[in-house]
Amino acid sequence: MKIRVLVSYKESVLDPQGQTVRNSLLTLGYEFIRNLRQGKVFELDIDDLPREQVNRLIPEIAGKVLANPIIEQFEWEILDEKGETRP
Amino acid sequence: MIDKKILSEHNLTEEEYRRIIELIGKEPNITELGIFSLMWSEHCSYKSSKAHLKKLPVKGEHVIQGPGENAGIIDIGDGLAAVFKIESHNHPSFIEPYQGAATGVGGILRDIFTMGARPIALLDSLRFGPLENAHNRSITDGVVSGIAGYGNAIGVPTVGGETYFHPSYSLNPLVNVFCLGIADKNKIFYAKAEGPGNAVLYVGSKTGRDGIHGATMASAEFDEDSEKKRPNVQVGDPFKEKLLLEACLEIMDQNLIVGIQDMGAAGLTCSTSEMASNSGSGIEIDLDRVPQREEGMTAYEIMLSESQERMLLVASNDKVKDVQDVFAKWDLDAVVIGRVTDGDRLKVRFHGETVVDIPVDSIVNLCPLYLRPSRRPDYLEDTARLDLPEQPEDLNAVLLQMLDQPTIADKEWIYRQYDHMVQTNTVFLPGAGTALLRLKGTESGLAMTLDGNSLYCYLDPRTGGKIAVAEACRNLACVGARPLGVTNCLNFGNPEKPGIMWQFMEVIEGISEACLAFGIPVTGGNVSFYNDTEGVSIHPTPVLGIVGRIEKIDRAVSTCFKSEGDLIFLLGENREELGGSEYLRTVHGTERGLPPIIDLDDEKRVQEFIISVIDEGLVSSAADPSEGGLAVCLAECVFASSREFGFAVELDDEMRTDALLFGETQSRILLSAAPDKKITLLSAAKNAGVPLREIGRVGGTRLDIRHRDRSVIDIPILEALRVWKNSIPERMSTKT
Amino acid sequence: MKCGVVIFPGSNCDFDTHHVLKNVYGRDTVFLWHKDHSLHNCDLVILPGGFSYGDYLRSGAIARFSPLMQELQEFADRGGMVLGICNGFQVLLELGLLPGAMLRNKNLKFLCRHVHLSLENTATPFTNRGEKGRILHIPIAHFDGNYYTDPATLIQLKQNNRIVFRYCDTDGKITDESNVNGSMENIAGLINKDGNVLGMMPHPERASEAILGSEDGRVVFDSVFHYLKTGSLQ
Repeated sequence: MKIRVLVSYKESVLDPQGQTVRNSLLTLGYEFIRNLRQGKVFELDIDDLPREQVNRLIPEIAGKVLANPIIEQFEWEILDEKGETRP
Repeated sequence: MIDKKILSEHNLTEEEYRRIIELIGKEPNITELGIFSLMWSEHCSYKSSKAHLKKLPVKGEHVIQGPGENAGIIDIGDGLAAVFKIESHNHPSFIEPYQGAATGVGGILRDIFTMGARPIALLDSLRFGPLENAHNRSITDGVVSGIAGYGNAIGVPTVGGETYFHPSYSLNPLVNVFCLGIADKNKIFYAKAEGPGNAVLYVGSKTGRDGIHGATMASAEFDEDSEKKRPNVQVGDPFKEKLLLEACLEIMDQNLIVGIQDMGAAGLTCSTSEMASNSGSGIEIDLDRVPQREEGMTAYEIMLSESQERMLLVASNDKVKDVQDVFAKWDLDAVVIGRVTDGDRLKVRFHGETVVDIPVDSIVNLCPLYLRPSRRPDYLEDTARLDLPEQPEDLNAVLLQMLDQPTIADKEWIYRQYDHMVQTNTVFLPGAGTALLRLKGTESGLAMTLDGNSLYCYLDPRTGGKIAVAEACRNLACVGARPLGVTNCLNFGNPEKPGIMWQFMEVIEGISEACLAFGIPVTGGNVSFYNDTEGVSIHPTPVLGIVGRIEKIDRAVSTCFKSEGDLIFLLGENREELGGSEYLRTVHGTERGLPPIIDLDDEKRVQEFIISVIDEGLVSSAADPSEGGLAVCLAECVFASSREFGFAVELDDEMRTDALLFGETQSRILLSAAPDKKITLLSAAKNAGVPLREIGRVGGTRLDIRHRDRSVIDIPILEALRVWKNSIPERMSTKT
Repeated sequence: MKCGVVIFPGSNCDFDTHHVLKNVYGRDTVFLWHKDHSLHNCDLVILPGGFSYGDYLRSGAIARFSPLMQELQEFADRGGMVLGICNGFQVLLELGLLPGAMLRNKNLKFLCRHVHLSLENTATPFTNRGEKGRILHIPIAHFDGNYYTDPATLIQLKQNNRIVFRYCDTDGKITDESNVNGSMENIAGLINKDGNVLGMMPHPERASEAILGSEDGRVVFDSVFHYLKTGSLQ
């Protein structure tokens, strides 16, 4: 089973990396970009566990290890075999 | 079947192929061919340079290990040895600046700790194209970040080096990395695979398809296809290397191994065959036991992979468990992948079959050597002619223009990104020109510097080679240190061009002559050919890394002026020499003339004198004028100081003022001293037979130079400082 | 009195810190291995600078799960003296022994240089030998030193006088220009509520010997040794 966890800075936290990327896009002429936040992607290949266990364990490790809740937030999703988001 | 296409993809000639068949008595299979292509590449075999490198002096009283090992070693007293080397990572840094530079640092560090030394200092010689160009800026940014990313994480300070900007490096940046480590003189390890039956262990990162054919890539000219070669670039993992470093030093400290070799540019191939060859043994390995990162790798790919942070060890069977325990402590695997054998063959098994079976000698020692044709290039006739341009009216503006030239300007933007203080030995911060480190537990220190002026070498390679050595030694002397040993990195264009080969041979003659004059041995180094892009060669660029020792570190002096009221002296003579100067290049846009002359006897006298007066405590500061001449050097003596005082200097030499201010005459040193030292200094100079004269005084708030009673430079410190400081940051922050 | 310096995989100021404690101060000093479960009766535990676990996830994020960190937590809860320097400070933040988190430096570059620090609070075990308002000259060397915390915590830190060091200019003024990495309120060092856990980004061990250009870092070591010996902040 494949899981994707997305970690990004909370809205309230300044994201200097994201701002720098946005500024360079602006100077390249892509002026339509209003805002850009940079984050991290974690792709986990895990044992096939019951859904409720996954629902409990993934937020647990995301909140405890992958993200620092003081500055970061996370989202997660289950991917299908092709690596695409499962509906 | 091996056909012409396959041969050309492996950068092997048909003649070389015939020689391979003759040596191994059969047609090689593709894996064997891959092995030859790596080991017979210019990068690994030095086939175009070996015959010429023999001219360099390698013997000296302090030498413990000369060329041929991972690094050179010199005795530095107190039971300690300095292990040091310089290497280029030019081509990888052009293709992928961050990773290219980072893995350059990783590679040279492994060369040092492989020998049992703890690395204590990194220095870099960097050459980039002008920062006005966005591509050059991004290469500069990437290379500096890459060096920082690796060196900072592993905890080895980057304490100095040099950075030049010149159009000849636009499509071919140079990244030469120097590392020095300290070892117990009696606990040095070598790349040996002795003792048939002993275990061969693989430690470190898993093997992936990284950099397959990196070594052959570093031996071919660049063309547009280089973009496609991008996936070949290796990625560095400084954390893994830090663990490897600690674990390796621990097993060596416990004497658990027979020999050790890092897997550098030619990976498993090079380490197995070289270790066996060094000991007159054979070696057998089983690739199925090699830890692999990717699935479905072939024997060819495993043997040729350049994955970083890997080492090969040889240990007796009863020590294997102890070795594995140490690596486990550092969360690393140590896997037995084979053994040392009687005989002389490299045998590789894969999926139960023998896929390589060739004599180690044929790969390591029997590569054909070339005495490539050489011819004095035609351009020299033309560049030797110099019609001096008219001297500009406003010399203040000229000085400011020189201080704004990135080669001369403040490099803080660069070295601030490097942790230059970790390990707490850094006595002089970078920017001082020469790095000075204390040796904990002793009263002594080590000074080291990298030098090489490629414009001089372009205009007169032999003189350029001599000056590179002389200037590096002069840098050490200005600190109060005596040179002990040399490592060099020789960066040149395509050696198949006779003109390039001629430059190469001439530079070596020059280096050799100067090293003999100073009595310092060359203990190793690196040659980087094929620094051509789209048919354009770089200026010939030898980079000399010289290590010196100062017995009493508290006597060392730095370049900056120390006290208001100190007198300024000029040691050496001024000559009207402008050929090859940064002034002509920057202000008049011309790279012509002959470089300054160098008389090695004068040079030695000047250096002996400065070392002795520093040792006697007579001197407050010492600096040698290089690019930009006297005026720039005086300004730098002010900028390097945290207290803001200027100087007033009066010169009366009969010559063009611009030549006096900005000419790059050799064998000169600017020193400052307290007024009460004046008489002693002058009489010491008289006894030593060196020219020394008082030219001014430290103080005031201006850079003030008069020539024959006329004010020629008069600039407030802050104005000049601002220009010098802002040059690189402003260029680097340019958008688009 | 015994000092311990923790070694995580990737620590690189461990030897430097050990050198100052042992050779400059002549104190009984040991290394503490991150996989161990004992602090070996140390009175002062220092988490040194470096790149623990390569800082690949976040600075200090993985080191906090080391076995030894359980003992450290208990030691700190009992009032034991803990000093986190640079990466060590980041570990203390991840552990929750100090509040807040570190972001990338505002210029997005690694920054190694001497900075000026204003000594804001001298009534702590780690600063009692200094004078309030004294300007210290100590190097920093980090990529993630841009201190961040939520506004409520920041108010508390200020009210309880827990900001120990702030980046300042040569005259001691707290300015935006002197805020080298963009930290909130120019924060360079913080102490916990009980005063026994200090985290600081600058490296006092790099400024404890004259030959290295500054001895201002000694204020921290002098103070903590004084406190451990006398139990007094005076």
